Amino acid sequence: MPLEVRNLGGGYGDRLIVEAVNLALAQGEWLSLLGANGSGKSTLLRVMSRILKPQAGVVLLDGRDIHQLSPAAAARKLALLPQQQTLPEGLTVYQLVSLGRSPHQPWWQWELDAAGRKQVEKALQWTEIEHYRDRPVTELSGGERQRAFLALALAQDPKVLLLDEPTTFLDLHYQLQLLELLKRLNEQQGLSIITVLHDINLAARYSNRLALLRQGHLWSVGSPTEMLTPENLREVFDIEVALIHTAVGLQICPLAAATNPVPLIPTPT
Amino acid sequence: MLAALLLSLGLLGVVFLSLTNGSVELSWSELLAAALRQGSDIHQTIFWDLRLPRVLAALIVGAALGLSGALMQGMLRNGLASPFLLGVSAGAGLMVVLLIGLNLLRIWVPLGAWLGAVVTALLVYSLARTGTTLSVERLILAGVAFNAFFGSVQSLFLLNSQDGQFQAALNWLIGSLNGRGWTEVTIVGPGVAVAVLVGCLLARQVNILCLGDDLATGLGISLLRSRCLIGAVATLLAAGAVSIAGLVGFVGLIVPHGVRLLVGTDYRLVLPFSTLGGAFVLAGADLLARIGPVELPVGGVTALLGAPVFIWLLYRRRAIGGR
Repeated sequence: MPLEVRNLGGGYGDRLIVEAVNLALAQGEWLSLLGANGSGKSTLLRVMSRILKPQAGVVLLDGRDIHQLSPAAAARKLALLPQQQTLPEGLTVYQLVSLGRSPHQPWWQWELDAAGRKQVEKALQWTEIEHYRDRPVTELSGGERQRAFLALALAQDPKVLLLDEPTTFLDLHYQLQLLELLKRLNEQQGLSIITVLHDINLAARYSNRLALLRQGHLWSVGSPTEMLTPENLREVFDIEVALIHTAVGLQICPLAAATNPVPLIPTPT
Repeated sequence: MLAALLLSLGLLGVVFLSLTNGSVELSWSELLAAALRQGSDIHQTIFWDLRLPRVLAALIVGAALGLSGALMQGMLRNGLASPFLLGVSAGAGLMVVLLIGLNLLRIWVPLGAWLGAVVTALLVYSLARTGTTLSVERLILAGVAFNAFFGSVQSLFLLNSQDGQFQAALNWLIGSLNGRGWTEVTIVGPGVAVAVLVGCLLARQVNILCLGDDLATGLGISLLRSRCLIGAVATLLAAGAVSIAGLVGFVGLIVPHGVRLLVGTDYRLVLPFSTLGGAFVLAGADLLARIGPVELPVGGVTALLGAPVFIWLLYRRRAIGGR
């Protein structure tokens, strides 16, 4: 198990947002966290990626408590692509991606070593941005930028990659492009992936398993076909759906917002 | 590469001019003779006891302020940050006004300034820290709060001080290198040199901090530890500068901006260049300060020239199309 959480609870300050979560990511697996707004899926990812400290339970990376590991040791195995990036002004793509090597560099090492340069080249190649290497990051389009930051995470040479809504600011073309790229890395390089995704259909299409979260608790985990049932989606997302079997697997078509027990606006009769 | 060459040449030029110019002009050969402890005794005294230590003091103060400013701007991701943001100036200023007001011996002033600077920075850090996190916003706010508080107390003391004391304190608050000699250079110099070395080695951490808190955490940086380390080095540098020359403003704010325009935003270059650039700017400003019939405090020169240069830099950046 590259990454496992046991009885995990966490949140901001004293406010507990996720509670009692047990979840294990298998080697080479792609797991997506799904849930409505405020269900705690991003918080869960932030605790797993060490941005937040857990208030209960542990996160185990290769069997060791991630919050006890040195930050650099954890970063050599686990990389993170946050939802929003601070754009570093004036850095080129190559310089940005090179920063991904820092957990592998001792403090006195100023430049990349041979292994580091090789890994950076690989990351640029995988994400197909080699020809942008000398462009400033600030000049890239949204899709290119997201791939540059993905390359940065890949330069870390991680076993596990966590992505927080990686497709949010991309149009459909780049959404598919990015997820296809992740699928290739997942299948060819054996990279284990956890994503937080808003789009249920994209999650179902690319992930091996879906974890449904509801009000800070893990509702259910299983394969997309097991998870995408009208009952589950009504409970977790408050929507009525029709299921469609397509060339890319089971997809949903939202039909209506599930009837709210207490309507916010009384319907005129 | 070209930038490094130009800056080194400029630095050498300024040092040379500073050594030759003054109330007694030295020619190249006289300078050389004095440096080799030959020729006229007066020239030797001027070179060894007056000008050389003063140039060295200017270089140390400038280098410390330049690097400190670059570290602060990088760590806080804020171009408005200066070495004095963490309360260094307010703490040092308050201590100095108190010491002068109490009529204590002048030799205590540098030590008092240093202590005031370091203690205030510690207070700012302890106020900014919440649990195990240290956010940039809280650091800036805590710095502003202590600056305002100590600044107002300092003004109160100044208003109630006697005439001579007021002048002495003001001279120090503006920042001057007048009469600085080997004592200051030998006491503060080694410490600043070590801090410069450590500071430049933090470049990779600063680069990563510029990517934002979440990504920096993902890349294996401990936010708390790196911010404490960078802040400590920046504070020690600024405190060292302040203990020699008083509150010389604008150098730490402007030099990193100019350097970024020159070499880009990779802090592995920005930090050493800001060190050199700071030394160059302050030595140049001190040369200007001494050139007139009446010597000006060097802090006055940097403030007077610094503001227009800052405006020009902003204008240039707009012209280039940056932000």
